Amino acid sequence: MTATPTSSVLAANVGREGRGALGQVAQVATLVAITMGLLVLLLAVTGYDPATALRALARGAFGSWYAFTSATLVRAIPLALTGLAVALAFRAGLLNIGAEGQLLAGATATAAVLGASGAVPPLLSLPLALAAGMAAGALWAGIAALLRQRFGVLEVISTIMLNFVALYAVGWLVRGPLQEPTRIYPQSASLAKALQLPVLLPGTRLHLGVLLAVSLAVALWWWQRATAGGFRLRAVGMNPHAAATIGRVDVARVSLLAFLASGALAGLGGAVELTGVTYALYENLSPGYGYTAIAVALLARLNPVGVLGTAVLFGALQAGANAMQRDAGVPIALVNVVEAVLILLVIASDRLRGTRAEATA
Amino acid sequence: MITPLDDFLAAAVRTATPLALAALGECITERSGVINIGLEGAIICGAFAATVTAGAVGGSSGVAAGFAAGAVAGVLVTLLFMLFTVYLRADQIITGTAITLFALGLTGLLYKTVYGTTGVGLTIPTTGELPIPGLSQLPVVGRAFFAQPLVTYGLYLVVPLLAWWFARTHAGLALRATGESPDAALAAGVQPRRVQALAVLTGGAFAGVAGATLVLAQSGTFVEGMSAGKGFIAIAIVVLGRWSPIGVAGAALLFGGASALQYLFQSLGWREVPYQLFLALPYVLTLLVLARASARAQAPAALARRELTLG
Repeated sequence: MTATPTSSVLAANVGREGRGALGQVAQVATLVAITMGLLVLLLAVTGYDPATALRALARGAFGSWYAFTSATLVRAIPLALTGLAVALAFRAGLLNIGAEGQLLAGATATAAVLGASGAVPPLLSLPLALAAGMAAGALWAGIAALLRQRFGVLEVISTIMLNFVALYAVGWLVRGPLQEPTRIYPQSASLAKALQLPVLLPGTRLHLGVLLAVSLAVALWWWQRATAGGFRLRAVGMNPHAAATIGRVDVARVSLLAFLASGALAGLGGAVELTGVTYALYENLSPGYGYTAIAVALLARLNPVGVLGTAVLFGALQAGANAMQRDAGVPIALVNVVEAVLILLVIASDRLRGTRAEATA
Repeated sequence: MITPLDDFLAAAVRTATPLALAALGECITERSGVINIGLEGAIICGAFAATVTAGAVGGSSGVAAGFAAGAVAGVLVTLLFMLFTVYLRADQIITGTAITLFALGLTGLLYKTVYGTTGVGLTIPTTGELPIPGLSQLPVVGRAFFAQPLVTYGLYLVVPLLAWWFARTHAGLALRATGESPDAALAAGVQPRRVQALAVLTGGAFAGVAGATLVLAQSGTFVEGMSAGKGFIAIAIVVLGRWSPIGVAGAALLFGGASALQYLFQSLGWREVPYQLFLALPYVLTLLVLARASARAQAPAALARRELTLG
């Protein structure tokens, strides 16, 4: 059996609890400050004027009510849903790196259901389509879950492979069965107004998805803290062996359900993005939300409510990066570097503190 | 006369070359007990460094300089992974994922910074095929194996050499001992940390050369994200090849063949099959192969273990 490395250490370290909420916020603030410092350095080194670039970044993310709601918060919605997906899986010790593929699977199923819904009233077909998106995300994650449990396949590799397969599948579908009626553009038909998620604040693009994300985050937070199921999930993530022998937890069952739920959350992210933002299925539907979700989840210490905060942070960063590219010519890829550096900083700070704790124990 | 089969086999070996390089490097790394999921990052950094260097130097020495730069870039980005995993003993999987995201972002950023929006000019020198007289005339296998760039021929030397080195040398034994039982290795006077550090960096150099191969021997240009999951496929190749250099070479050929199928079907005129199916094929094959090979594979016993020694 190939090594299915115990990622329990991850849940134990990154998802460490017991520190005060204030302390966690302070720590995140420190990491963000360091990241901004790095950002300035990176800008200067690559020959851009940091002041101009950062002004554009701030304007794009927070410059106006419209920018904040329609650029930052609208991007935060898929980031929060995929971030919750990653956080839930990591909490159970499952390294689901496939939120991107599961998001695409969700968007695809939603587009397919809405495309075929015809005379069904929107009040019925829209929830149905979102549910189909969740089911498709769960199914896509279920392949990786099956491969892990039946054959010991490392889920990091299988989920990444499934991301590529999903991307090519969408590429084929939008040129084949799901292509819009005129058969000119590689995308599905645009959704009729009645089939779109309603806009929440008039004059902005902020849609109903934000309420879905917030209520799911709060529900997950409560579930993990206050229910036996949540406790089992955390126990399996911390130490599957101990959970099985001492707690008599059915580890395989908990892992499978966690993987499916994670996929469903990411699938919902895709369903919401399709019905709330893009209104059509196409290949570049997601600018890598599923990958940014890893940074979102880790920076939030896998805390579902914390995910909401870090999702807004990264939503702002992406919205700002778009303005930075437009106004200061700075490539958007800069944001990916910042995200990765943040992940590495979280890992390093945990390890350094962990080593210190071990030394003083 | 060149048949579609000849074309297919030649394409299979050509696409297998960077996969084999990256997988052989990962094989060395994993034999020491470390799994480097950041391989993808080393490949894309190698590809970018090779592009910039070969373009700047130019000519046939530019090709050599490009390969060297690819190796150096692979080592540099892997150095970061090595410090986190071997010395900080951070989780190997999550660190590797972060390194991959970091490298993909960094190369994208630098690419736009260096080349702007116009992209790389077609001024990068590339390595052409170097047919070996006589051998390349052999039926079926001739063109496939003996009319390839120099870097493919390099593999014909590296694979048996590595197999011999693993099995027969003291250093090879120290490497395997570290991956199987760091405690026993330590007791025998081997320094597991140092062995892992060297093994990880060597794997990074191989991956960097693999990236350089993508540019200098295949596409002739750099594209953002051109590694396209090859690092992860290479990790699957190591599992399928059962951590042996010769097995890894064979497994890489299988994946090269899967990637090359699209050329075969194109030349046979099978246009009704969607091309996305062929693009997705290597990734699906990876899943199938892992499902078949993982369950009965004999991974190094201490692979991905975070606590290095019990003592």
